[in-house]
Amino acid sequence: MQLIRLLAVFLVLSGVFAPGMEAGAETVDDATLRPLIQALAAENFDETTKAVSGLAKTGDARVSAILNALTAGDLYIVKADKAVFIGKRDGSDYAATDPLTGAKLAPVPRNAAEKIKVNNRLRRDIAAAIGGLTLMSDNPAERRSAAETILKTRDPESIALLDQAIAAEKDSGIKAVMQQAKAAAVLNSTAPDDAKIAAIAEVTAGNSRDALGLLTPLQGSDGPVGDAAHSAIDSINGKLALWNGIQNIVYGLSLGSVLLLAAIGLAITFGVMGVINMAHGEMVMIGAYTTFVVQQIIRASAPGLFDYSLLIALPAAFIVSGAVGVVIERGIIRFLYGRPLETLLATWGISLVLQQAIRSWFGASNVQVGNPSWMAGSFDLGLLTLTWSRLWIIVFALSVFAVLQLVLKKTMLGLRMRAVTQNRRMASAMGIRTPWVDALTFGLGSGIAGIAGVALSQIDNVSPNLGQGYIIDSFVVVVFGGVGNLWGTLVGAMSLGIANKFLEPFAGAVLGKILVLVLIILFIQKRPRGLFALKGRAIEA
Amino acid sequence: MSSLTARFIGTFAAAAMGAALAFSPAVAADDTIKVGILHSLSGTMAISETTLKDTMLFLIDEQNKKGGVLGKKLEAVVVDPASDWPLFAEKARQLIEQDKVAAVFGCWTSSSRKSVLPVFEELNSMLFYPVQYEGEESSRNVFYTGAAPNQQAIPAVDYLAKEEGVERWVLAGTDYVYPQTTNKILKAYLNAKGVKDEDIMINYTPFGHSDWQTIVSDIKKFGSAGKKTAVVSTINGDANVPFYKELANQGIKAEDIPVVAFSVGEEELAGLDTKPLVGHLAAWNYFQSVDADANAEFIKEWHAYTKNDKRVTNDPMEATYIGFNMWVKAVEAAGTTDSNAVIDSIVGVSVPNLSGGSATMMPNHHITKPVLIGEVQDDGQFDIVYQTPGLVVGDEWSDYLPGSKDLISDWRKPMSCGNFNVVSGKCGGVTN
Repeated sequence: MQLIRLLAVFLVLSGVFAPGMEAGAETVDDATLRPLIQALAAENFDETTKAVSGLAKTGDARVSAILNALTAGDLYIVKADKAVFIGKRDGSDYAATDPLTGAKLAPVPRNAAEKIKVNNRLRRDIAAAIGGLTLMSDNPAERRSAAETILKTRDPESIALLDQAIAAEKDSGIKAVMQQAKAAAVLNSTAPDDAKIAAIAEVTAGNSRDALGLLTPLQGSDGPVGDAAHSAIDSINGKLALWNGIQNIVYGLSLGSVLLLAAIGLAITFGVMGVINMAHGEMVMIGAYTTFVVQQIIRASAPGLFDYSLLIALPAAFIVSGAVGVVIERGIIRFLYGRPLETLLATWGISLVLQQAIRSWFGASNVQVGNPSWMAGSFDLGLLTLTWSRLWIIVFALSVFAVLQLVLKKTMLGLRMRAVTQNRRMASAMGIRTPWVDALTFGLGSGIAGIAGVALSQIDNVSPNLGQGYIIDSFVVVVFGGVGNLWGTLVGAMSLGIANKFLEPFAGAVLGKILVLVLIILFIQKRPRGLFALKGRAIEA
Repeated sequence: MSSLTARFIGTFAAAAMGAALAFSPAVAADDTIKVGILHSLSGTMAISETTLKDTMLFLIDEQNKKGGVLGKKLEAVVVDPASDWPLFAEKARQLIEQDKVAAVFGCWTSSSRKSVLPVFEELNSMLFYPVQYEGEESSRNVFYTGAAPNQQAIPAVDYLAKEEGVERWVLAGTDYVYPQTTNKILKAYLNAKGVKDEDIMINYTPFGHSDWQTIVSDIKKFGSAGKKTAVVSTINGDANVPFYKELANQGIKAEDIPVVAFSVGEEELAGLDTKPLVGHLAAWNYFQSVDADANAEFIKEWHAYTKNDKRVTNDPMEATYIGFNMWVKAVEAAGTTDSNAVIDSIVGVSVPNLSGGSATMMPNHHITKPVLIGEVQDDGQFDIVYQTPGLVVGDEWSDYLPGSKDLISDWRKPMSCGNFNVVSGKCGGVTN
């Protein structure tokens, strides 16, 4: 492998120096390449690996496209004559193209073709082979990924090539990656000590977590290199400890915002109205299933809108869950006001009915809710990896909270809700139709639970049991924050989230959760009304 | 008249109506053989177990088309233990005592199996258990058609060490008996192979854990020590989806840190976008993508029976298929459904499996299986990248745990012992 990679490097290099020739674009005639491509259809991975390096060795510009197709699993063989083709699924056939010329071939029926299998090791080898070929590519994204591949393989043979690439590189971001890659390769080589010490300084300046992986093996070696690695590791560890603290807070806020989303609807139905609503989790679940249905419709009729599916699902989920909430309130709960035990049992029964209804309708398995492109992936903030989905959920939870506060404080509906919950008879005497306000309040709380379901569908699995996982946590948050106080729910959710994340690394996820519950029990003993207790007589009514 | 006819048809069309009929003392008790199905149809485990109930109804339906067993039609009795472990024992007792079923097919979690075990031993009935489990058990009345740890976990670890060159291991699991015992065995195995304790990280999470940020970033940290790292996952059920989503979102690719899972199959991947997961692995004894005629036939009939050509098949379904066919064959060999006779006749019974080979019931009530390693593909299926050259015999008492390595199980007469100690030469477990 090493030798072959070396050869590939030289071939590419010779391409660079050859006057009048495009960088890296060696051309080999088809007759030479054809049998090499055919060799990819080998019986086992070892032989396919050999074929891959054989292809890379030619240095032909078309090779990287063929190898990319192999990694993507688009390379097939016709079972009958073992001919290799690039296939794209098209109904019950594969639309076939010739891997070398790109010419269209006759479609191949699916049962007549066999995919060329790829495993992780082969994928790594292909990436390394392509890395050598595309380091001088015209496409910046290809150059970057080539440099990143060398950063992983740390192949000492690529140092010379990297020097060439660094000298030619204009983009400072890619240049930095290339320099990191070169330093990594130097550390892995038999270079003299001073070159290695310079390389240690170089990697320490870059991404610390990668650097730790590079430096740890050197730590044991004697002499100045070992010492330099040792002190570099110490300084990185110091930095990591600080970032660990920041990470706990950020992850805690993220967990807190999930708790907030789950609990905020309950803060209205339980906190403001005083209904012990065990079916709250199922409202969340219905919201998540609404997202699924919306995405199904979009996939079927307007795939271009998929990135907006969540925005469309939000009002839909609010309406569906809210309507279910109003029906439950009008149909069952209104007969049970003032009888908490019966309410508890009745709503628990409703939760079982709803779960089984969804299970019978959609099946017991998880359904697949897709992530729109803007929710997928992650970005690095210092040494912290933050995923976009989590970040959007923090933003989303806080905006839901703000909107809810506005509705309660600034709208007529909010005013009536507050009036009814504070003094039902007086409100009624003032001409407010209290039964309708009850229904709308319950509908609002359920609707909010529904839009929480839209957000949770992005990070959790959408199954009939989705709600059960959140109901206990929601009650804990509302009780801990102070019943009847939305601010209490916000602070309660965030502090529980952060406490959980600080305990998790020490105690583990299981014990951490137990510890948090024990702390809450102790806290409730001391302050039975939670963090922000409502004062006055309203609470007694 | 018409309602009477309907009732008779109902009695014979055993399948879906079994549950309803269970309550009316069977009119035709002599004409049918009753088979109990003990899988959760509601609660947390419904997601996995409902499919096995459907599989059993499908198999019974097929068998009846072929004329039933011993000239009698089979009749399914379906009960719902609702993912509630004590309820499993109650329902098992109801099946055996009231409904007088000849055998029971059921259970998924080890907790439910442990709950029903005393019932089956007390009433001397038969349970076919179709799920991979942690081993360390052998009962005269239970037939384990899923994988023991040596038929799944150990070959998977060997594959990673050899093919991927893994030197550092994260053993992540849900906090209950199966992951804990499996991880104990794996840790002992890795230590025996010279992996140091500092290169093994063990992590447990509660059932249904959904916030994986910290753990995934810990795995990333653990994996950046300059040695090739892999995750061996015994995470069970619902927690898998958020785990894989977090892995994908934090950008951990299979080429960097592969995850090999023992509880993730086609059914679990159904709720996931598998594009970011391509290359992560699973170890099973069957995949839907197995290229064998028996498998193609089975999938075709399953799709026809469920009238849904999207329904996937998975490993516990194959284990159910094997267990059911073994029972049928043993009953036919014994000429009766009497438990004692069938238990004696089933050892050594060999039936075809779905991967083109055959499975044999061993004297320890475990079966022989091939071990397959598959990589996740972007269509939610697995590509088989490795297969053991021969069949592996299920090892009920692990060779890597100090308490159990001296034990063997052999239910043939005259030994008839589930925990024979080869050191002390006595039946009855560990000697200290």
